[in-house]
Amino acid sequence: MFLQHLLNGIVIGGIYAMVALGYSMVYGVLQIVNWAHADVLMFGTFIGLILTGLGLPVWAMVIIAASFTAVLGMSVEKIAYRPIKSANRKMAVLVSALGMSTFLQNLAQLIFGSSTKPFGAIEKENYQIGTIMFSNMQVIILIITAIMLIILYIIVYKSKMGVAMRACSVSIENAKLMGINTNRIISMTFGIGAFMAGIAGVLIGTYYSAVYPTMGYLLGMKAFAAAILGGIGSISGAVAGGFVIGIIESLGAGYISSGYRDAYAFIVMIIILVIRPSGIFGAKHIDKV
Amino acid sequence: MGKIKELYGKLGKTKLSNKTKSILMILAGLAALLCPFIITSKYTLHVIISCFIYACLTLSLNLIIGWSGQFSLGHVCFFGMGAYVTTLLMTNFGMNFFFAWIIGIVFTAGFAALLCLPTLKLRGDYIAVVTLGFGEVFRLFLTNAVDITRGPAGIPSVPDPTVFGLEISGKTAYYYFALILLIGFIVFMKRFNNSGFGMAVMTVNEDDIAATALGLDPRKYKLSAFAIGGGMAALVGGFYAVYMGMIAPTSFSYAESIKMVSMTVLGGMASIPGSILGAFLLTALPEMLRSFSEYRMVIYGAAMVIMMIFKPDGIWGRNKRRKNEYKYVAMRGVKNGENSASKKRNN
Repeated sequence: MFLQHLLNGIVIGGIYAMVALGYSMVYGVLQIVNWAHADVLMFGTFIGLILTGLGLPVWAMVIIAASFTAVLGMSVEKIAYRPIKSANRKMAVLVSALGMSTFLQNLAQLIFGSSTKPFGAIEKENYQIGTIMFSNMQVIILIITAIMLIILYIIVYKSKMGVAMRACSVSIENAKLMGINTNRIISMTFGIGAFMAGIAGVLIGTYYSAVYPTMGYLLGMKAFAAAILGGIGSISGAVAGGFVIGIIESLGAGYISSGYRDAYAFIVMIIILVIRPSGIFGAKHIDKV
Repeated sequence: MGKIKELYGKLGKTKLSNKTKSILMILAGLAALLCPFIITSKYTLHVIISCFIYACLTLSLNLIIGWSGQFSLGHVCFFGMGAYVTTLLMTNFGMNFFFAWIIGIVFTAGFAALLCLPTLKLRGDYIAVVTLGFGEVFRLFLTNAVDITRGPAGIPSVPDPTVFGLEISGKTAYYYFALILLIGFIVFMKRFNNSGFGMAVMTVNEDDIAATALGLDPRKYKLSAFAIGGGMAALVGGFYAVYMGMIAPTSFSYAESIKMVSMTVLGGMASIPGSILGAFLLTALPEMLRSFSEYRMVIYGAAMVIMMIFKPDGIWGRNKRRKNEYKYVAMRGVKNGENSASKKRNN
């Protein structure tokens, strides 16, 4: 039973990791929490649902839905974060992000209805090795997660844009002085994060075969807990945190109580914040005057 | 746009004389007192009582968000905790409402302080996430701990409170009860705003390092502001329980927290009239525009974004401290956030 729970945890953890990356990258560059991230993900999943209804092949559906999510993520930054120039910027951005999240969630409810819709893009098949049951969906999730993480690694650590991105996360002002178009980089960061989220959304939608307007809320919060656990702003931390949260949740639901399945991530997060607020991989942040 | 801005500026500068002010106050007081006699519709009265409840909640949340600067997204948890503790004490132990109420308030205030402890060292966004996460854990507890809370079914038939043998029941009695609560809250917040304690809380909010240099312990003020705000929410929660006559976990969901936050932010941070205005507008308008009710949350969300871009202080910001703020802004050389990039790092 233990291995079974572990496998389920790793699969769901991969999805959390992909969503957590979006939070972590945006936080690294801008020091803000993109509250609308999870709702952007939800919109992307609905687009995937619609495209599947149109009869598109799965790979095209995933790419188009993720691209749409990326564009939406970038527009959210342009509309809700960039124009804010209040003296107390941090609070204003937080409220604005929250407003954007509420707006997207309820807009989806108006457009698509609030009921849960089945999402069967991929035919499900179950296999068994020894006592462990697994489905083709789980294998696909693990493979796509691995591919996406490798692509992200190449973008961030090997490409020119990645260098610029990391420069921005050290200091936006200095990056500007080095001739980096910071607005473009910020936009790209949101775009990449949302692209990953779009893929994660489609995957989790098919995995549970459920798409609904509030699906982003819990998923996003758990992913954020993962980002905090790994140390927000750190890419490897977000990935590790995602897997840890996924495994803890799966084991907790299996061995303690399944009624509190959604609570474990938050409890872990609160404990981490008490013991080590900068997370496992995070650098210690010192407030300067 | 220009004209509206001019008009708005004029409105802001208009100073009422003390005489007109007191006349207006007396008129408003009379209207509030006679309200149940003029309005016979039970539904309208219910909407007004809801307005009062939300105004009280917004004031208590504003104490945490506006005055103390801790962005709490789990306020509904304190509201719900007050309601549940009060109700459970009344139904299980047959306790008098007022005793149960006080225990509920003290319990919740202590709990709020406990919840605030891990967030003391953290910055804005973390506080928001921790409180939100906790609100979710609390809701899950209410739904799952069937032995204590009766789970998703909720607790029906909460008994009416009695004062000196008189039972408070019916809309009119509750109207006056809510009115007394609201007036009490306003008086309390006014006293708080002008007290040394309130000043200290605001100083800590502006800059906790500078506050430490002045000999104020930021932890103490953040913690007590959180506890007081939580206790106030529990007070409203207890009233809500007896007024509604039944409570269920669905009344204490995340959306409810968001609603309170939007009332606080749209009305005006750290502003008493702003909080009341925000609560009244966002409670009464959707009731009046029933046909638009499905668009309500969409409009709330959009309004929050637009407000933050154009008027981050809310509809009725803290006018009183405008003068000092101008000085503060001039000193820092910050105008319309030109310098916000360097400030962002420091916050």
